[in-house]
Amino acid sequence: MSSAAHSVIEPSATSKRIAGGIVVLYAIVSMIPLFWIIATSFKTPPDSIAYPPKVLFTPSIEGYCNLFTTRTRQTADYINSLPPATSFCDETTRKRNMVIAGQSNFVPRFVNSLIIAFGSTFCAVFLGTLCAYGFSRFKVPLADDLLFFILSTRMMPPIAVAIPIYLMYRELGLSDTALGMILLYTAVNVSLAVWLLKGFIDEIPREYEEAAMIDGYSRLQSFWRVVLPQATTGIAATAIFCLIFAWNEYAFAALLTSGTAQTAPPFIPTIIGEGGQDWPAVAAGTTIFLVPILVFTILLRRQLLRGITFGAVRK
Amino acid sequence: MTDANASILERAAETAARATPAPVAARVRGLSDKAVAWLFIGPTMLLLLAINIFPLIWAIYLSFTNYRANRPNEPIKGVGLSNYRRILGDHDTWLAMQATAHFVFWTILLQMLIGFALAYLIDRKFRGHAFGTTIILVPMMLSPAVVGNFWRFLYQPQIGLFTYIVSFFTGIPPTEIDMLSSVTLAPWAIIIVDTWMWTPYVMLICLAGLRSIPDYIYEAAEVDRASNWRQFWSITLPMALPFIMLAVLFRGIENFKMFDMVNLLTGGGPGSTTEVASITLKREAFEKWRTGFSSAFAIILFVAVFGLANIYVKVLNRVKSR
Repeated sequence: MSSAAHSVIEPSATSKRIAGGIVVLYAIVSMIPLFWIIATSFKTPPDSIAYPPKVLFTPSIEGYCNLFTTRTRQTADYINSLPPATSFCDETTRKRNMVIAGQSNFVPRFVNSLIIAFGSTFCAVFLGTLCAYGFSRFKVPLADDLLFFILSTRMMPPIAVAIPIYLMYRELGLSDTALGMILLYTAVNVSLAVWLLKGFIDEIPREYEEAAMIDGYSRLQSFWRVVLPQATTGIAATAIFCLIFAWNEYAFAALLTSGTAQTAPPFIPTIIGEGGQDWPAVAAGTTIFLVPILVFTILLRRQLLRGITFGAVRK
Repeated sequence: MTDANASILERAAETAARATPAPVAARVRGLSDKAVAWLFIGPTMLLLLAINIFPLIWAIYLSFTNYRANRPNEPIKGVGLSNYRRILGDHDTWLAMQATAHFVFWTILLQMLIGFALAYLIDRKFRGHAFGTTIILVPMMLSPAVVGNFWRFLYQPQIGLFTYIVSFFTGIPPTEIDMLSSVTLAPWAIIIVDTWMWTPYVMLICLAGLRSIPDYIYEAAEVDRASNWRQFWSITLPMALPFIMLAVLFRGIENFKMFDMVNLLTGGGPGSTTEVASITLKREAFEKWRTGFSSAFAIILFVAVFGLANIYVKVLNRVKSR
């Protein structure tokens, strides 16, 4: 028998250490952009554009102040005539010879993102669960073709889909409405939901339902009381995937919404300050936008593989 | 009705149902399986017909016309195949296709190499490999638009962190590194961001492939004293191949459609050097408002994705069944 050092299944301690070292190095390097986003959100505008880039700096929440407010430039005399500043944001703004003029659009855009992401996720998971159960348990004519059709709707380039959708929504009065976006995201996500959930439901033994039906449950009752409780993990994982897609989506949102229903992704790049992009404010918006995703990624880590391959690969 | 009454009724119905033959029982107990099947599948199909198929048919119709969405009152005139002829004969279209091909080729190549290497290393199962995997996976879950936008900041000449690090290691003055405005560097700027973002995706699929190889095959190879190198080429790689190809398929389709990240990073510029197909389509459809022309382009792109994916799936199945 060859020594352990030559084995693929039982790697030696040294080879483990080298492998671990390289992977950790990669992880650190790939985290730098994220670290930089968070760091920039706590910098003042001058610190954010300093050369060489500042790794150590005095943290400030000016970026967050600028994210939530709009400001106008005023003369020093006018600012001195104002009553004393009431908040940190007030004070920092005045130091830059400006006063807070009002609320920015960030909160409404963020709320739009929440409404559209949750609304479309609910609809996609609801429809997807029913449809997946149908394909999993019944002999549907042309089942393979229909399933492929469902998947193929996801292959279309979003811009190609957006052209006729734009015209259709204009006719129906759905342009720039949350309802329009919810419908669209539901249609995009339902293909993922059907494919993922079919995999999860296929794994639930049919015997459970058959036993329930012998005990007098109807088909619908056994679906509701036997299959659904068994599929909760799968449904939750699917819901999170749909949520992440709808949350991150940019192409449709940028082309089909402009004001009232605009979501955060097309809004954040448009945050500008005086003389160009206000990077600390952009970074602050990005940070707030990314936090939910980071939480969900950690929750989902066991189901990730399945989700990203439409259920083609299961662990 | 009281609960007691309801349960008596229910029990009576149950007894009745059990005594009757199956088809009658099904009717008594509720909907037939066939009705349930259509009730469950129908709504999804209707939604997809309304939001995907109907617009697609409309786009096919428009692709044969000179319609312009910014002039809805102008009469629509059929122009036959001339939109298609113009696109396929247009030099700019082919340049866009070349830009797309360049982007797809290099992103897939880099992501496969780095992703597979990482998966291979993680499969050594060093201490903390599960935690390391989770950390590595984070970039792919983020919004390509929002994060792509931030990369513009990292790429700024002089003040950008990326520029600073490159200049630190190469000695090139940081004012001369302008990733987004240089004709030669801009295509690589988008390739770098895409690779940063999606290598974890490839890594995850490759890892599944490596883990699907049963230990006894390696054990047998070790009994035969096959070298690690030999084991890699004749066991690891061939057995992980279907997974690698699956990753190529998914990344290929996604990057062929690439829009958000490129739109925010370079917007297709400088000039048209990074104008991938989706960006051309957006310029034609939503800036020049040549709706008929861009519909034809959209159809061509869709047929291309669909055709390539179909061929690829066939190859994939052949590899899998081998």
